[in-house]
Order: sequence, then structure tokens, then C-alpha cells
Amino acid sequence: MNLAFVVMLPFLGAFLPPLVERVTGNRTLLACGAAALPALALALLFKPAQQVFAGETLHSTLNWIPSLDLSLAFRLDGLALLFAILVLGIGLLVILYARYYLSAKEKAGRFYAYLLLFMGAMLGVVTSDNLLLLVVFWELTSLSSFLLIGFWGHQTGARKGARMAMTVTGMGGLALLAGVLLIGDVVGSFSLTEVLASGDLIRGSELYPLILCLVLLGAFTKSAQFPFHFWLPHAMAAPTPVSAYLHSATMVKAGVFLLARLYPALAGTDLWFEIVTLAGMATLLWGAAAALFQHDLKGLLAYSTISHLGLITLLFGLNSQLAAVAAVFHIINHATFKASLFMAAGIIDHETGTRDMRRINGLWKYMPYTAVLAMVASAAMAGVPLLNGFLSKEMFFTETLQSEQLGALSWLLPLGATLGGVFSVAYSARFIHDVFFNGEPINLPKYPPHEPPRYMKVPVEILVALCVAVGVFPAITVAGLLAVAATATLGGELPEYHLAIWHGFNLPLVMSFIALFGGIFIYSQRRRLFDLYARLPEVDAKLVFEGRIQQLGRLASAVTGRLQNGSLQSYVAWGVTLVAVILLTQMWHLPALSLDVGMLPMDGVAILCTAMLVAAAFLTTILHRHRMTSIMSLSVVGLMVSLLFVRFSAPDLALTQLSVEVVTMLLLMLAMYFLPVRTKVESSSVRVVRDVLLALIVGSGVAVLAFLVMTGETATISQFFMDNSKSGGGGTNVVNVILVDFRGFDTFGEITVLGIAAMGIYALLKDLNLASAKYDSLGRPWAKDAHPLVLVTISRPLLPLALLIAVYIFLRGHNLPGGGFVAGLITSVALVLQYVASGVGWVHSRMPGDYHPVVALGVLLAGLTGVGSWAFGYPFLTSSFTYVSLPVIGKFELATAMLFDTGVFLTVVGSTLLMLANLGKLSLLDDKRENA
Amino acid sequence: MELLVAIIIGVLVASGVYLCLRARTFPVVMGLTLLSYGVNVFLFAMGGLKMNQVAVVGMSPDPTDPLPQALVLTAIVIGFAMTAFLVVLALRSQGELHNDHVDGKPDDGGRS
Repeated sequence: MNLAFVVMLPFLGAFLPPLVERVTGNRTLLACGAAALPALALALLFKPAQQVFAGETLHSTLNWIPSLDLSLAFRLDGLALLFAILVLGIGLLVILYARYYLSAKEKAGRFYAYLLLFMGAMLGVVTSDNLLLLVVFWELTSLSSFLLIGFWGHQTGARKGARMAMTVTGMGGLALLAGVLLIGDVVGSFSLTEVLASGDLIRGSELYPLILCLVLLGAFTKSAQFPFHFWLPHAMAAPTPVSAYLHSATMVKAGVFLLARLYPALAGTDLWFEIVTLAGMATLLWGAAAALFQHDLKGLLAYSTISHLGLITLLFGLNSQLAAVAAVFHIINHATFKASLFMAAGIIDHETGTRDMRRINGLWKYMPYTAVLAMVASAAMAGVPLLNGFLSKEMFFTETLQSEQLGALSWLLPLGATLGGVFSVAYSARFIHDVFFNGEPINLPKYPPHEPPRYMKVPVEILVALCVAVGVFPAITVAGLLAVAATATLGGELPEYHLAIWHGFNLPLVMSFIALFGGIFIYSQRRRLFDLYARLPEVDAKLVFEGRIQQLGRLASAVTGRLQNGSLQSYVAWGVTLVAVILLTQMWHLPALSLDVGMLPMDGVAILCTAMLVAAAFLTTILHRHRMTSIMSLSVVGLMVSLLFVRFSAPDLALTQLSVEVVTMLLLMLAMYFLPVRTKVESSSVRVVRDVLLALIVGSGVAVLAFLVMTGETATISQFFMDNSKSGGGGTNVVNVILVDFRGFDTFGEITVLGIAAMGIYALLKDLNLASAKYDSLGRPWAKDAHPLVLVTISRPLLPLALLIAVYIFLRGHNLPGGGFVAGLITSVALVLQYVASGVGWVHSRMPGDYHPVVALGVLLAGLTGVGSWAFGYPFLTSSFTYVSLPVIGKFELATAMLFDTGVFLTVVGSTLLMLANLGKLSLLDDKRENA
Repeated sequence: MELLVAIIIGVLVASGVYLCLRARTFPVVMGLTLLSYGVNVFLFAMGGLKMNQVAVVGMSPDPTDPLPQALVLTAIVIGFAMTAFLVVLALRSQGELHNDHVDGKPDDGGRS
């Protein structure tokens, strides 16, 4: 049987209730649907449980992300078994209880789904054998508890309470993750089995204090330990079944579970004692005292839970094996009596319509049966003999008496423990006396209250029966489970202890009696205490918390508002500044410049051309307000760059650059027709100076980098391409062979991008109405003669010549400079020239003006060429070629790469013309409007 | 010679960056064009500079590095597509918002 499967069952079960709800409105069936898979999980645990009782530890591992050492590893030892039984058993009882608690109007399917989600997460936490996996489930419990606490999302209290619980436990979860990562770093593995075996290694590590603090942050936030306790009372906005489940037996126990789980790895140091014991003691006292003053029934139980969690934490902190046993014992006992008390509180709320103890009085008369159950459970909470709470509390008192770790102040521990006991008795007495006796109920929303439905009491009965059974016969009920759980907690050896009701007349018994009578005395003085409490300044944790959250929100929006102010101009400035900073800070690591390494000789022509290029670039920049002039000098820059490519052995680039230059200029001219002809002066001088500085820094930085690379030693992978171009790709022009063969897939991607850009432009231009400028920057009207005769006359014979050259360039591309890209651009220029010379209408009356199919055909052809190689069992885009001899023409080469290059050609022609022709058509629309 | 090319790259990048930081769409388009020239030459120069050594098998004793050329060739074409897209975006923004400021709204302190 696989443990992972058991853990998955509740998750699978979460799908069931919403499905059942769709089919039937029967609430009992719905509850059965919710309970089915958890019950199966519990049943499946029966056989492994016997193995665990026999002393085995069961493991099951599935790989998840091995590279992160994260696996779906689960283990079932005593501790995991104990918690699994609590999670599944109490879970089932809560499902039964919720069947009667939720009204018919409420979305019970969703509720059960959340509940099962939580159940699965919690089961995952307690059975994980991998610390990372544990953290994953841990976060899942935070998430699902958020959903559960906020189930009544129409109430502000529920929303805020859910958010607070989520924030606090979520932050604890992050700290825990950090702690776990450090543990993994120290131990070298995230496997819990290995971590537990490496306790000395972790305690000896210099990271130990940090690890301990982070892990404890996780545990303390989850288990509501002081000073993180404040979220728990606000989580009481949840439906009561949730409180009974999450806030008594399971989720808040995840923190103390973690203390138990990592006990062999982390406990045993002075630091552990100091932090854990002190936090536990503070929580115990604070929670117990605050519980007495709550008027809300669930508020009392919430603070009492905080106090009991403090007690358990304190026990773990004592660094004594017996104390750890007592802690595990108290986990069991607290789960049983607190879950039943929450359920009883829910019944009272359900039947009276309020949870205010100042109004609920004298219920004994109306619901005696529920009253008996609640009173027994409260007595267990107070630690009355013959009930389970008494046994673990006795052990607790004994342990505090035996601790000597505070030296001369050691008596503080038993004193605090007794004081906690006193308050615990006091609030338990209040729960009994104030609710069931103390006169008549006052102004109840539902009157008269009566006993709840029969089966709503069943879960309470079962839990209370357990309290009594454990309290009277500990040896035959709980002893076995406690022994295996405690053995697993301590990591092997179990100390000598004795579960008995009567240990003789000793000091712990005296402390118990002091607590009992002291508590009753305090309760009798409650009027005075309540008055005193009412005069204390009120601190509403919710208000403080919300205030802090809102402050944080304001800070965040202030920061965001400054950075994200909606100005693209400033975003560009930030981006460039970042580049400048990176350049400046990384320059230190580069070697110093040396001007005499491997330099090609300069010559006059080169210097002249460089000077022209630099001058043209500066002119473009300085004269950018005169847009026409600026475009002119930009074209000079482009031409000079093509010459640069020619000079440095890159004819393909030169050809491409030259033809791109032509279409770019046409594009800018067309755009200028619709944009203002001049740029206004509007940047402040400060901004101009800043931008010049940025430009200089980035420009000089890039220049230095380029110089260093050019003069430095470079290793290249290109020898491969040179060697295999002819034999593997069938062409001698290596640049072209790289494009269509070696890196054909890249090219395929690039022509796709080209096609997408063209489509984007088409979409942007659709339905765009733009008024064109009628005058140039000097106020002269544009030329009236749109199609000058000379241009028309020259352009027409040029077309066939240009197309012929394009074909030539295309065909020779594989072996000599040229190819699909260049041929496509030349063809585009030739056609665009016709548009410019003779107008859109003239061109479109002679050839189809729809270029979408051309683009599509090009991309398709290139893609199909690639796919075609699959048919022959080769990978995508494998090219093959052969030599064919024809009479007259002679021997020539046929390559599939040629087909691919045709695809490139078509895409380039189609895209370029699609862009320019559509832009050109805009002016046509404008003219039509003028004439109309 | 490398010094000259480095200067060219620096000037192209600096001019491009300066124009990209302007407030109106047209100078930004011009700036991006200059910047892409600069980047293309930069990438091209990564293969080292050689004169009269075309990367065609059998034509040169010590051919230049063809790989950066192949990369830059597609970069030039894509650069054009990007410029075209940007230009049209600027036009659309002019058509929708009736101004050519990159932020979509003119600065308050604008002087003509």
C-alpha cells in the first residue's frame, strides 16, 4: 500500500462534494460523499498502523524534482500515525457535525471541498519525509485555511480574519522555507530521515542559531505563540466546524508538530530552551488570563487554545525526554477536549443565535444533555481528576518542578505553570457556570433553545467519551499510541514513565489542587476583575494589523507611483541608466586598453568615411527637430554602414543593408507625411544635459567594449561552418548556408516574426484616420504633381531589370553573396518604386494588392520544407541537394535549401509590401476625404 | 582600423540613445534606427575585422567569421520590421490621441 496514495485521497475527495451537490440537494448524501475518501484513507491506514505499532517506520518515495532534492517522500512513524489519526478521525467527525451545522442555504459542497483540501494538506505535512515537501504542504494548509476562515466572505470580520491568518502564517511559512533551505545546506539533504540523524551536525553548525530562529518563526506563527498569537482569536470568524477542526486539533497543532518532528535535529541546546520555553510560558500565561475576560464563547476557547499550545511548546522547550512525552500526550488530550468544546459552542450558537456569554445563561434547563457533554469536556480542560486533561497536566507540573535550567530562578517555572493552571480552571468554570447556570438567558435571538438534532451530538459524544476513557483507563486506551508517537518524536529511545491516575500524595498533586481552588476563587471574584479589565486600554489587534497593512499599501503605491508614473520617456531613461550603471561598474574588471595590438592599418579613405559617418550621425541627432533634414542625414549613415560592411568582407550584409536602407527611408518619408513636420523644444536643459551624459556614458562604454573584443583574442566556432558548408550544405557562400541550413530553424523563426510584424502593422492601420500635413516646415505646400513624368518613365523599364537582378541574386545566393533575404528586398524596392512613381491605384489595377497570402505562403513553404525532411526520416529542416545536368544550361545544383530560401524570399517581399502599401493607402484615404 | 570602427559604434550608440530619450515619437524612431545600426555593427565586429577575406569557400585564404554575419543579416531585416512597426504605432497613437508625444500626452511645460 502506497502512503502517497493515502495522502492523495483527501485531495481527490475534494472534487467529490461539488459534484454530488450538482446531482442532489440532499445534505446527508453530500456529507457522505465528503466523508467517503477520508474514511477510505483511515481504513487503509489500519494495516500500516499495525506495522508502526510493531516498531517499523514505513517509507514511500516518488521522484518529483530530483535536481532540487525534492521528492514525494512520505514516512509513517508513530508521530505521523498519531497526527494522521487526529487529522482523519476528527476530520470525519467534523464532516458529520457540519452536516447539521450548515444551513440549507449555504454552499456545503464548496465548504466540504475546502475542508478536504485542508485535510489533504495537513495529512501531507505530518507524513512528509522530505522537508521541502513538508513546506509545500505547510503553505497549502495556510491557503486552504484562508479559504475556510473566509468561508462567510460576506462578513468583513471573516475576510479580515482570513487575511490576517494568511499573512501571519504565510510569513511564518516563508521563514520556515528559509530555515529548511539552510538545514538542507548544512546536512546536504532535505530528506527528513537524514536530517533527524544529523542532529549533532546541525547543532554544531555556526548557522544553527539562524536555522533555529527561522524554523521557530514558522512553528510559532502557525501555533499562535506569543507574540504571533493575535491572529487566532480573529480566525474565530470561521464557521464553528472549521474552528473545531483547524483551531483545536489540526492546523494550530502543525507548529507543535514541527517542534516534535524536528526535536531530534534541533532540540537540546540552551538556545532552544531559552526561546521555546520562554515563548511557551508567555503564551500559556497570556492566553489563560485573556481567556477569562472574553465574553464571546469562541473567543474564550480561542485564547484557551493559545494557552494550551503555549503549554505544549513549553514542554518541548524543557529539553527533557519526559517533558516531550508529556507534550505529545497533551497534544492528544487537547485535541479531543477542545474539538468537542468547539462543537458544543457551535451547538449553543446554533440553538440560541448568539455566542455572547453575558446573554447565554441557564441553558441547563433547556439542553441538559449537551450541557453534560460540555461540562465534562470543560472539566477535562481544567484538569479535573479522572479526565484526560488531568493526566497530562500532572505530567506537566512534574516536569516544571524537575527543570533546573533557570538555575536559582528555576522555581519560576512551576510558579508560572500553577498560575496558568489557576486561570485555566477559572475560565473553564466560567464556561460551565456562566453558560449553563447563572440565572436565566437574556434576550436570546432564538427562544426557547432546545437540544440539537440527534446526530449533531454524536461527534461530541465520541470525543467526550474518549476524554473519559483516557482519563480513567490510560493504560489500555492511549498508552500504545503515545508510546510509538513519543518514540518517534525522541528519535528512538523512550524514557521510563508511568501513566496512572494516582501517583501518591506529591507536589504536582498539590499544584493541581492549588490550581483547582485558586481557579474557583478567581472565578468567584470575576465581577471585580471584569471591571478592572474594562478600564484597561483596549488594543484591537485587527485595527492595528489593518492599519499596518494599509500603511504598507500606501508606501507601496507611493514607490510604485514614482517609478511607474505612466511616462514611457522616463521608463526609457531608467532603462538606459541601468545599462550605464552596469557598464560603469563592470568596466573595472576589463583589461586596460592598448592601442597597438593586432591593428589593421588605417588608410585615408577609411578615415574619411568614418568622419562622414560620425558627422552624419551627429547631424541626425542635432537637427532632429527638422525632421526632413534629419532623415536625409540618417540615410547617409545607413549608406556608410553598408560601405563598412563592404570594406570588412561582408558583401551579404552590405547588400541587405543597402536595400533595407531604401525601404526604411521610404517608410520614414511616408510616416512624416502624417506627423508634425517639426519637433517642438520642450525638454528642460537639465533633462538635455542628463540625456547627453547618459548617451556619452553608454556610447563610450559600448565603444570600449567593442574595441576590447576586436583587439583581443577570440575563439570562434566558425571553422565548423567553413569546413562543412560545401560538403554538408551544398553551397560555398557560408553566410547563406548558415542561414538556410545550419541555423535554418532560427531563420524560420525570424521570417515568422517578420510576418507577424507585417500583420500587426496591417491591424494597426486598419480603420485609422489621419489628417496629413499640407505644408512643409517652411510653410510651402507639398508638390501638386504626385507622379512626375520623369520618375514614371524611368521607373517602369527599371522594374523588369530589377526583377531580373533579384532572380540572379537569389539563384547565386547559395554560392556567392546574395540569397532570399537580399533578393526579396530588391524585389520589394522595385515594386515599391512603382507605387511611389505611379500611385497605389495604378499598381493595384495591374497586380493583386493583397499581400497576406504571399506572407502566409512564404512561411508555409519554409515550414513545409522543414517538415518534408521528416518524410525521409531526418530531423526538421535537414537539407539535401543534388547536381543535375541539363542540355544548354549545363550542370547545376538543386537543393531543398533553395525551396526554403524561396519561402524566405516570399515572406520578405510579402511583409515589406504589406507594410508599405498599406501605409501608402492611408494618404489615398486622406485624399478621398479631401475631395469628398 | 579597429579604433575607427569602435568610434563608429560609440557614436551610433550615443546618438541613438540620446534620440531615444526624446519626447516625440519621430526622434525616437530615428534613435532606434541609429541604435540598431550601432548594435548591428557591434555584433558584426564581434567576429573580428578582416579585409578582402569574404567567407566564401575557396575564395579567400583566411576567410572572415561568417557566423556574426549570418546573425546580423537577419537582425537587419528584423530591425526594419521593428522600425516599421514602431512607425505605424506612432501613427496610430497620433490618430487616436492627436499628439505625437511618447507618453500619449504633451508635457505641461511645453514650449514651441
